[in-house]
Amino acid sequence: MVDARGRSCPEPVIMLKKALESKENNYEILVDNHVSVENVTRFAEHSGYEVHIEEKGDDFLLTLTR
Amino acid sequence: MKTSRNETLIIAVVGLVIGVIAVALTVFGNPANMGFCIACFIRDTAGGLGLHQAAAVQYIRPEIIGLVLGAFLMAVFRKEFSPRGGSAPLTRFVIGFFVMIGCLVFLGCPFRMVLRIGGGDLNALVGLVGFAVGIGIGILFLNHGYSLKRTYRQPVAEGVVLPVIEVAMLILLIAAPAFIYFTEAGGGPGALHAPILISLAAGLIVGALAQVTRLCMVGGIRDFLLFRQTRLLVGFLMIIVAALVCNLLVGSFSLGFVDQPIAHSDGLWNFLGMLLVGYGCALLGGCPLRQLVLAGEGNVDSAVTFIGLLVGAACAHNFGLASSTAGATANGKLAVVIGLVVVTVIAAANTFHKE
Repeated sequence: MVDARGRSCPEPVIMLKKALESKENNYEILVDNHVSVENVTRFAEHSGYEVHIEEKGDDFLLTLTR
Repeated sequence: MKTSRNETLIIAVVGLVIGVIAVALTVFGNPANMGFCIACFIRDTAGGLGLHQAAAVQYIRPEIIGLVLGAFLMAVFRKEFSPRGGSAPLTRFVIGFFVMIGCLVFLGCPFRMVLRIGGGDLNALVGLVGFAVGIGIGILFLNHGYSLKRTYRQPVAEGVVLPVIEVAMLILLIAAPAFIYFTEAGGGPGALHAPILISLAAGLIVGALAQVTRLCMVGGIRDFLLFRQTRLLVGFLMIIVAALVCNLLVGSFSLGFVDQPIAHSDGLWNFLGMLLVGYGCALLGGCPLRQLVLAGEGNVDSAVTFIGLLVGAACAHNFGLASSTAGATANGKLAVVIGLVVVTVIAAANTFHKE
């Protein structure tokens, strides 16, 4: 689980990029703004993951699977 | 993948539209290759408010007001207005201050750099190389964990302060009380401006489009170097294409290094000025245009950065740091070197710190 709440562009994507180095099949990343949702989704899809977005109150939980 | 192709198409069209609007503004009266320049226009606004006394560059630029309000209105409309702040505001102020110094030594923000390239000004290409190198240095720190830490939610009352200030600026511009300074006709770039309504409309449209597309000059190069993503870069390139074509159409294209409008050909300082801008903006997470748009969306850290840019502009003229068409000043060169040191200290301190 990557907690990128409050982090602004491009930090959530860098955090995810670092996390993806462990090459697991599932990741969860928590962000709190629309720009991060878009950027993380774009990067994750580009890296071969499917992204499921779930709104959790003020935050967004992105579940990555491949 | 289909979405990303649509996204790229949208930002390409938006880039073209923005390039056309920028050249149109010069036709309506803005200075050459200065349809938009966030740095120059904040500097003119600082002069209009009397924060510096450089008589040639004093005018409350409606484009700045429009950019903030356009982004604000679009963010409200798209339910993305979200007041937040608390991510090292004073550090951002200082970086904003030195980014402005870099811009005024080069004579333009990244947005104007792009427009200058579209006008055939090859000095701006030298600036672009410095800009990209600066972003590259910023990325080195980002990859090693550089962060100004997280933001926190703020009340709506805090998020709307900057938009309200911009409305007040519009009132000052229109009412033009005696304490506001406007460059007299023929007195310099400050006197060259499109009619208020046109400038304001252009700002509103570009602010709204930039909010939707997240357009950012720094982001374009950064995302390409960091993630091999080209989306933002496409917007950046399309502005150049549109500006180039429009400048050719209206006869304002002139290729070369010498006698370019409101520019100098001191290569080293064009390079180092924009290097400081790229470096600082990579640490801020966006170019000056993007900071205005984020501020409109309710990001008060970006609003503080904006104030840093404003104070930097005032000091740049009060301390003789800003370049003229004759070239960079001795004070300006020293200020760029100090800026590079300060920004590096900030970068290091926020990268290699104990949790």
